[in-house]
Amino acid sequence: MKALSIEKLTKTYGNDVHALKGIDFNVNPGDFYALLGPNGAGKTTAIGIMSSLISKTSGKVEIFGHNIDTDLEAAKACIGLVPQELNMNMFEPVLNIVVNQAGYYGIDRPLALQRAEQYLTELRLWDRRFDAARTLSGGMKRRLMIARALIHEPRLLILDEPTAGVDIEIRRSMWDFLQRRNEAGTTIILTTHYLEEAENLCRDVAIIDEGVIIEDAPMSTVLRKLQREVLILTLRDGQDEAPSLPGFETNLVNSHELEVAINSGDDLNAIFGALAERSIAVVSLRNKANRLEELFMGLVENRQASVG
Amino acid sequence: MNLRLNWIGFKTLLRKEVIRVVRIWIQTIVPPAITMTLYFIIFGNLIGRRIGTMDGFDYMQYIAPGLIMMSVITNSYGNVVSSFFGAKFGKHVEEMVVSPMSNATIIIGHVAGGITRGLFVGIMVTIIALGFTDLSIAHPLITFSMVILTSIVFSLLGFVNAVFANKFDDISIIPTFVLTPLTYLGGVFYSISLLPEFWQTVSLGNPILYMVNAFRYGILGVSDISIGYAYMIVTVFVVGLFSLNLVLLNRGVGIRQ
Repeated sequence: MKALSIEKLTKTYGNDVHALKGIDFNVNPGDFYALLGPNGAGKTTAIGIMSSLISKTSGKVEIFGHNIDTDLEAAKACIGLVPQELNMNMFEPVLNIVVNQAGYYGIDRPLALQRAEQYLTELRLWDRRFDAARTLSGGMKRRLMIARALIHEPRLLILDEPTAGVDIEIRRSMWDFLQRRNEAGTTIILTTHYLEEAENLCRDVAIIDEGVIIEDAPMSTVLRKLQREVLILTLRDGQDEAPSLPGFETNLVNSHELEVAINSGDDLNAIFGALAERSIAVVSLRNKANRLEELFMGLVENRQASVG
Repeated sequence: MNLRLNWIGFKTLLRKEVIRVVRIWIQTIVPPAITMTLYFIIFGNLIGRRIGTMDGFDYMQYIAPGLIMMSVITNSYGNVVSSFFGAKFGKHVEEMVVSPMSNATIIIGHVAGGITRGLFVGIMVTIIALGFTDLSIAHPLITFSMVILTSIVFSLLGFVNAVFANKFDDISIIPTFVLTPLTYLGGVFYSISLLPEFWQTVSLGNPILYMVNAFRYGILGVSDISIGYAYMIVTVFVVGLFSLNLVLLNRGVGIRQ
């Protein structure tokens, strides 16, 4: 049984916009799955359909075997949703928001209060439990939405850009928290604009563009498809011009930074060997862009070129 | 349907609604108290003394049941329309939509909130009325059942309004242009026997007339209409409006794209 099974899912909005054009994908139980795509690709529509916020036009959606057309109540009970937009009553205290959500899932108040303390403490919000949501910072509001989504301990947690607008420290603490949830058995679907987030956290990835899935595979398989990368070498001594490296395209960004384009299967030792012959010492090395970002851009550009 | 889940969901919604009414008491409790006090002073005391009696009761006694019912109607409607539309506007309606709680529970929970505020304000207005006149209840069961049924009708009507509303203006149009005129013309301040025959017949098409008169019958024992007919009309409205709300939510009107 799949945690999520989507078959031939379509969505056409009233203004004749075809947001989803018959997508298929599956998420295995326990997976940490990335759903990526440019703005307007259909990610939020797909998530909206999974969580009953948007009605589908056609197709089949099953959550842990529960079809949303025939067994919606059971399907909903399996899902915890952290939406892209803030959707809480800003005038309500933090504790009430979380405990009320538990009530909507049929959880008794004593147990809801116990769980609320657990999750609000883990997400560092317990001290603010009596404060109205509007008084929280942006990062705290995001964490509150995660606590609210977890209060009924869902088997499938769907996060639609949960770290948007959150500073790097809080983003990393949220990554740690989500990784612990995933290790504890919660299946997680993540959409994000921070592609390093998907690369660091997710085991599988689907890339969606203009309502069509253009890639759906394990992250490692997808990254292996990357044919070309650009490395930035930091040089100990300043250079006036880019050294010529046989078989590699080079570009001197500034006197101490050299860009080298490499293709899949290239021998990096050849670069260092050639630089050593010219007495050029390298003190550090990094990717110009995140690997997934390069691949993502390549796939989307290829598709847009093929569509015309 | 999971009854336990929905029972807890209902209790949660009701609790949330009661907390909301108490939290914003300056908007929910104080205005009807001031308005009704003014009604009793101006219409009941100052003008009423010149009017004399109506259906055998002094004018203050005669209008008291209508004014109580008017406050119940306005507050039941206002509570549900503002709460549910506020949830739509702030997008936290999604908290309910994504949950396994049934649409019927969402409606019943909001209606229970409307009844709670309607009754609370109704009791408060009754206490204010007792400061101006003597009231005794002729038929307690009719009084209580009619106030509850009326509160349900207008809570359900408020829910319909909230489902269709897209902006704040949309939730004030119905109370201003429909509810208030129908209430004023629903026999709150007069007996329809005072009207020419044509307008008496027209008045019979106003559902609020039946609710106000049945409630007045419960308190004073006098009515312009048949009580059995009033119960029938109110029951039809309750069933019809509940069904309409359920169909709207099941179709996702106003809550799903």
